[in-house]
Amino acid sequence: MHIVRSIVLALTLLTATTAFAVQPDEVLPDPALEARARSLSKELRCMVCQNQSIDDSDAPLARDLRLLVRERMKEGDSDSQIVDFLVARYGEFVLLKPRLAPHTILLWFGPPAVLVGGAFALLLMARRRSRRNTTATMPAGGELTPAEEARLAKLLKPE
Amino acid sequence: MIPELGHYALVLALGLALVQASVPLYGARTNDPVLMSVAGPTALAQFGFVAIAFGALVACYVTSDFSVVNVFENSHSAKPLIYKITGVWGNHEGSMMLWVLILSVFGALVALFGANLPARLKANVLAVQSWIASTFYLFILLTSNPFLRLSPAPLEGRDLNPILQDPGLAIHPPLLYLGYVGLSISFSFAIAALIEGRIDAAWARWVRPWTLLAWMFLTLGIAMGSYWAYYTLGWGGWWFWDPVENASLMPWIAGTALLHSAVVMEKREALKVWTILLAILAFSLSLIGTFLVRSGVLTSVHAFASDPMRGVFILMILILFIGGGLALFALRAPVLKQGGLFAPVSREGALVLNNLFLVSACAAVFYGTLYPLALEAVTGSKISVGAPFFNATFGPLFLPLLIAAPFGPLLAWKRGDLLGVAQRLLGAATLAVIVIAVTFAAEGGGPILVPFAFGLAAFVITGAVTDLIERTALLKVSPRIAFARARGLPRSTWGTALAHLGLGVTLLGIVGETQLGAERIAEIKPGQSISLRHYDLHFDGLANREGPNYRELVGTFTVSRNGEPIGVMQPSKRSFPSRGTATSEQALMTRGAGQLYLALGEPNPDGSVAVRLYHKPLVLLIWLGAVVMVIGGGLSLSDRRLRVGAPRPAKSQAAMQPAE
Repeated sequence: MHIVRSIVLALTLLTATTAFAVQPDEVLPDPALEARARSLSKELRCMVCQNQSIDDSDAPLARDLRLLVRERMKEGDSDSQIVDFLVARYGEFVLLKPRLAPHTILLWFGPPAVLVGGAFALLLMARRRSRRNTTATMPAGGELTPAEEARLAKLLKPE
Repeated sequence: MIPELGHYALVLALGLALVQASVPLYGARTNDPVLMSVAGPTALAQFGFVAIAFGALVACYVTSDFSVVNVFENSHSAKPLIYKITGVWGNHEGSMMLWVLILSVFGALVALFGANLPARLKANVLAVQSWIASTFYLFILLTSNPFLRLSPAPLEGRDLNPILQDPGLAIHPPLLYLGYVGLSISFSFAIAALIEGRIDAAWARWVRPWTLLAWMFLTLGIAMGSYWAYYTLGWGGWWFWDPVENASLMPWIAGTALLHSAVVMEKREALKVWTILLAILAFSLSLIGTFLVRSGVLTSVHAFASDPMRGVFILMILILFIGGGLALFALRAPVLKQGGLFAPVSREGALVLNNLFLVSACAAVFYGTLYPLALEAVTGSKISVGAPFFNATFGPLFLPLLIAAPFGPLLAWKRGDLLGVAQRLLGAATLAVIVIAVTFAAEGGGPILVPFAFGLAAFVITGAVTDLIERTALLKVSPRIAFARARGLPRSTWGTALAHLGLGVTLLGIVGETQLGAERIAEIKPGQSISLRHYDLHFDGLANREGPNYRELVGTFTVSRNGEPIGVMQPSKRSFPSRGTATSEQALMTRGAGQLYLALGEPNPDGSVAVRLYHKPLVLLIWLGAVVMVIGGGLSLSDRRLRVGAPRPAKSQAAMQPAE
């Protein structure tokens, strides 16, 4: 219960989630707007860095983009308006989560396809196996022979 | 003289490897015991020569022999001895030397501990192992020779990238390579089984310890790398979904799936074909990991190599082993006989489900890592795939695994009773609900996901404990009997429970760090304070300090909690004149399972300095969980039934062996 207590304690003091390279002078006075800016910054790539969001990066470009995001938020733009603006300016490369489009269909549906395909293959295999077993060993009426009953009982007995 | 000796030893190792790659294989085909027995001694000799070559390279580094190009480019005479040694594998050529050294170690281990392997299997395994070794020796000798000379010899070296001058470099790459390369043994066993067209439960018993060993190293290596990134990179993140990290995560997931499916194969003779395929895939992903990092296909924080010749060579190795392995699989897998029927709801069924979700999660990482490269190569359009994508795809595919993890070990083999298991997990579920309710009440209207994440972590942890309580009947019999039963439990049962417990602990750490963390960014002058939660940090001042091969600017902060002083934190900025580069050293203070994390920015002309202070509750649990998983793996490895190379039946059945 110690963990639970410390969780509760920590939660009551919850202010913001972790984040990184934002400079003191960038932080917006309105905490709600700042939180929005932070979470949007995490979705945007610093284009001159290796796999870093503008929120993580120390690069000057990232700082410019962070300021830009905050500027537009102060002017009342919505998140999607800001994202559209950045994509129009820098291309899709700026998005860390690519939009669903013809050229990203494989990316987005690849992993679920593995899951669905795998599940389907498993189902198919189980059905084929059970059909094979039924046709091969079961008598016409679907009942087990005494010998099979005994074998089944043995099989089902826990080890 | 020493570099030439190393070079020559490597050439001899290649010669030996070529012999080992062909002669035992021919012996196994013609059933010639003499030819087959060549494999053992050559594997040992190969290890000897690679060790000489590696030792020669280490000697060049230790003596700062700058007539060797590799040493000149990556070392410095003023560097502390430990970084002279670890610098050996802090560059492309040296890290490939470490790769082949570990490969030869594993080959030698199979030769030493494989006395009770059937002669043909052993010959084939070592031959396949040597195919891998031969191609990598060739790769080093043709494209990445670390023993090349430079004339005239420069007076001083260029020094190692300062960010790598850290104890992390001593531990992280060797552990990771032990994992990557360890999976080559599973691969060799799988290929050998396909060559022979024969596979049985005994095969799984031989393969599982090797896979487990590789998995343990990989787990530790990834966790270590994550902690290294956390304390070095200065923004307190511990996982960045960087392609190089993903390259190590993919073999880990595939290896985890392999471990689980090998259990089914060993106990129930089912999933044979699938286990073989997973063994091939796991090592293929290790090779792809090596390729991603070493070919310069991505240039990221970790990657230091970029040379197209190398890239093409590694690509050929990939095609040879992955393509060849899969082709052999397609050709021979139909020959292998399937066995072991089971109902969908059973331990086997649960393990199949585990494999399905693990493979899908692995596919999410695979797609996210390689799709941008493939898209750019095919259409030329550039897209970014980063953390938000992985959180959106990997997360949902991993979630069912976490929910199902406590159920699996409680289900019976062949045919399980899901309702009965659910009843036994009632305690764990109740606790999870309490945790959800308490966090929900305390949070008061925050994101709804947070309480559920904590509840899930509690469920996974108590679920693992429930498994042990059930097996020892702790709540039903006297503690003395329960203790005796606990001692009588197979160690692999403890291993499973601990590994699942570790998973829950890591989850708790992740949830705690991401959801409960707090930060403060400020510009302060000496004499001022910065506070976060109940911690106050008083900035005492900045001072210059002289290191062995760097100068540093150290900030001193006195930390107090609710007014009580509890210690001092000293983050610093280091500059390395030999490379003209700088690093920051963050200060960490551990408080229970959480940490205070303080990073220093550049000082301003007016004497103020930007600092970033984080409070990261439960963050240490992320890595502690990994350590618990590895301890679980170690216990399982020490199980009598699984001991490396000793799958003999026990002399007498233990009296307290409970039903499984």
